[in-house]
Amino acid sequence: MASLPPVFKEWFDAKGWSIHPHQQTMLDRADAPALLLIAPTGGGKTLSGFLPTLIDLSKSDHQGMHTLYISPLKALAADIRRNLTTPVEEMNLDVRIEERTGDTTQTMRKRQRADPPHILLTTPESLALLVSYPDAPHIFSGLKRVVIDEIHALAESKRGDQMMLALARLQRLCPDLKRVGLSATVEDPAAIAHLMARHPDPCEILLADPGPAPDISMLVTNEAPPWSGGGAAYAIPAVLDEVRKHKTTLIFHNTRAQAEIFFHNLWLANDEGLPIGIHHGSLDREQRTRVEGAMVRGELRAIVCTGSLDLGIDWGDVDLVIQIGAPKNVKRLVQRIGRANHRYNAPSKALLVPANRFEVVECVAALDAVLDGELDGDPRGPGPRDVLCQHILITACAGPFDACALYREVISAGAYTALSRAEFDACLDFCATGGYALRAYDRWQRLLQKNGLWQLRDPRAAQRIRMNIGTIQDTNTLKVRMRRNRGGKPLGEIEEGFAATLTQGDTFLIGGQIVKYEGLREMTVEVSRDSSRKPRIATFMGTKFATSTQLSARVQRMFTQEDWPELPSHTAEWLRLQRKVSQLPQPGRLLIESFPHEGRAHTVVYGFAGRNGQQTLGLLLTKRMEETGLHPLGFVATDYATMIWGLDAVEDPAPLFELTALQDGLETWLAGNAVMKRTFRASATIAGLIERNTPQARKSGRQAAFSSDILYDTLMRYDPDHLMLDITRQEALRGLIDFGRIEEMIARIDGRIDHIRLARLTPLAAPMLLEVGRVPVKGDAEERLLAEEAARLMETSGLAQISPPPVNKPRWRVGY
Amino acid sequence: MNNYSFSLQGAALTALGSGALFWPDAGLLVVSDLHLGKAERILRRGGSALPPYETRDTLSRLEADLAHTSARRVICLGDSFDDIAASQMLRDEETLWITRLQAGREWIWMEGNHDPGPVDFGGSHLAELSLGPLTFRHIAQPGAIGEVSGHYHPKASVSLRGRSISRPAFLLDDDRLILPAFGTYTGGLRTSAAALDRLMRQGAHAILTGPTPVAIPMPR
Repeated sequence: MASLPPVFKEWFDAKGWSIHPHQQTMLDRADAPALLLIAPTGGGKTLSGFLPTLIDLSKSDHQGMHTLYISPLKALAADIRRNLTTPVEEMNLDVRIEERTGDTTQTMRKRQRADPPHILLTTPESLALLVSYPDAPHIFSGLKRVVIDEIHALAESKRGDQMMLALARLQRLCPDLKRVGLSATVEDPAAIAHLMARHPDPCEILLADPGPAPDISMLVTNEAPPWSGGGAAYAIPAVLDEVRKHKTTLIFHNTRAQAEIFFHNLWLANDEGLPIGIHHGSLDREQRTRVEGAMVRGELRAIVCTGSLDLGIDWGDVDLVIQIGAPKNVKRLVQRIGRANHRYNAPSKALLVPANRFEVVECVAALDAVLDGELDGDPRGPGPRDVLCQHILITACAGPFDACALYREVISAGAYTALSRAEFDACLDFCATGGYALRAYDRWQRLLQKNGLWQLRDPRAAQRIRMNIGTIQDTNTLKVRMRRNRGGKPLGEIEEGFAATLTQGDTFLIGGQIVKYEGLREMTVEVSRDSSRKPRIATFMGTKFATSTQLSARVQRMFTQEDWPELPSHTAEWLRLQRKVSQLPQPGRLLIESFPHEGRAHTVVYGFAGRNGQQTLGLLLTKRMEETGLHPLGFVATDYATMIWGLDAVEDPAPLFELTALQDGLETWLAGNAVMKRTFRASATIAGLIERNTPQARKSGRQAAFSSDILYDTLMRYDPDHLMLDITRQEALRGLIDFGRIEEMIARIDGRIDHIRLARLTPLAAPMLLEVGRVPVKGDAEERLLAEEAARLMETSGLAQISPPPVNKPRWRVGY
Repeated sequence: MNNYSFSLQGAALTALGSGALFWPDAGLLVVSDLHLGKAERILRRGGSALPPYETRDTLSRLEADLAHTSARRVICLGDSFDDIAASQMLRDEETLWITRLQAGREWIWMEGNHDPGPVDFGGSHLAELSLGPLTFRHIAQPGAIGEVSGHYHPKASVSLRGRSISRPAFLLDDDRLILPAFGTYTGGLRTSAAALDRLMRQGAHAILTGPTPVAIPMPR
């Protein structure tokens, strides 16, 4: 067993601490090529990651960078620097710790490249940028360890894939590099270990004591939640009561829009003026920092927030976590709750606040899942090739490379172990030529082979490539500022799509205040203060979490029950009403409800196929409806059902589910769909086909969307086998679901369809109305609506009488 | 394809869904603002990289309209090329394609503000042309009668409960017709813009292009 050096022992003693068992094991296993620690928050996880580094540095006179720390959040890197600086200073160690993120100054960055610190704290994007420099071997020379914090969060996204590719690169520069991953509790540690190992080396997994089970329940209110909607305004008094009873409460929301609206309503009811703040990713950095600071100093009683406060920030004295809206993801919920009540051996306390009756059912299902220790998580597919394309370009920025060596490097990263050489070569060819359809255009001729090595055709391209590093597909946002003479106070950001809907005088919520839209100046939204009590429009478009399949299976099981003693009476009553006016979905059968609503024919299909499955079903059914002349206008999918609206009512659903007809022309229908175009835009941006940033100016989102749609259409027409389209299909299908699963479902149902036609909306369908993520269908319905509206406009304007002009006027003939 | 027929100063005209104008009695097809070579020009000027297929796309749509109408004459109503240099830098196959379209037809290149000088393609190069009651030029002149012009790339939107449709549009009043841009990847100017509002008389129509062209009162 490795023992602590005296100076460390003394420091621990002085603090009255003893080393945690998992910290000791981490120390013992410091020489393992890769080590994954799964520990609850508050378990001294970060220190376990850095202890071997600090001890090593205290013993030797290490030159250059010793340990690289990567975290998913800039804020986390800053936090860790503060937390590490304390022991380093108290033990009087000669260790330089610096962070390098998007916020680091130019001079600092330059200095860091020439003279790297012992410990560099950074993010995956900043790491990718470092790797792209020709002097990367110098920057990382002597590097011994890399610590990846919150790896469970990174492992879920392309950011993690990019990071692992960069690590593969570092590993070649520093063959003895040891990897350490720190993760919150996850269902499948082996999957994360697979991602972070340097293949074929193994990655050991270390499980720390998970601590006591969380104390989690549903908030009971006197008032019943509504049938639909996500605001949970009904629960405001009850939530305020809880805030009063606790020291610090975190109130989580699934979307920023909901957080803003809830915060606004909370303040309207906050008669005693309890200090309550708001924190989410769209707020200005300065404002976020202020809230974080106030929270650390214990000045706030509550913070209304979204996932941006989720990761790793020191939560101080939080003793209650409230989740507004159903936790769409049990794993995330448990990780969140785990952060409250920072003491290692005390249970954390959490309350769930369903926003509507359906969410009551979901919350109860989620609570059951937590009690059963069931975490969810979708397995991720093979390493995405758009990220690989970007990595190839990054590699080329650093200098000439050998294709075989790069291929070997790439397949040492977990996600890419199964990548074939042919797939790799296709990505390389795309980076070099742009692919067949684009071969004639210099623009995409970026690499050439010289003396067997690949390199940038034009070294100046490196600047453009570096400007577009990263895989985060943030929706395009615009900054919001107070209108002043010389640029007023920045307030935050709003989505471009939302900004486009604003006209002068519209009021909306941001950072908890109501502001009035004044105008747009150089990609900045200018606003003024507005004292009206009610904002005219909601903020932001929503993002959407998919519920885990386990959760939806639990919900489906609950629907088969005779009655629901475990549910609050209002919700049980709501389900009984559904059973009375229609029915509850039954296993082995497919419930379809059709009813008119607000002048449109609506049809809801309760397939319980998960959001991806329901989304695919929406695409397929709207295709059949278009073919059978039902004029569909759009659909929206949840984990449980798909709602389709259109001009004509479904009389008989059977023809819509005919398998051969569903398959016929499916490719073409999918190709024209918004989901595919959205996926293409994301992948083409990551792969470097579309540049978000150019040296001239940042492209507006609309421009980017415009050109990506045209690019998509033209590639579809002239080069349907283009690599980017291949990637798009794969990604879109991962986002959707393969057709095979839908086939299975239809076969399983085998015609046992219960089609219920109603005069009005049913209880179970109501929550669908306010779902976000509606997918428009552009087909004949649009043409028909346009024709009708045009006729109406002509009629009301009186122009119809004189148009078209009479044809019996003398006709002019041109002589020849 | 469905068309929209109307008359201007006694000439019976047809607006095609593609944005082209057909005058059956004259066997004449009119297209405006093709902006061929636009992607190349923007890139040349250091702008962002647009997809480079817009020239082909524009030409294939023009070819379809020519086949559909069997037009004997063609007027390109100005801004046919995104600039003079763009007309010289078209790829060989695109140049050949234009020549092929011109074969057997009377072809008139009207001058535009983007392509004010002659271009290296066959056909006549004119600043304006009168045919019967109609006068063709690139930019509308206030007070003109029976004038057919382009330049502004007009587009109009209609809001259909919950969804807004915006499409390139012809603008028509008793005196004049303004054509939408025919070229792929050309932006549009809303009909509510001051310039268009001034030019068009009260009671003007906007004819939206698309699968079935429809007329609405011009949105102002």
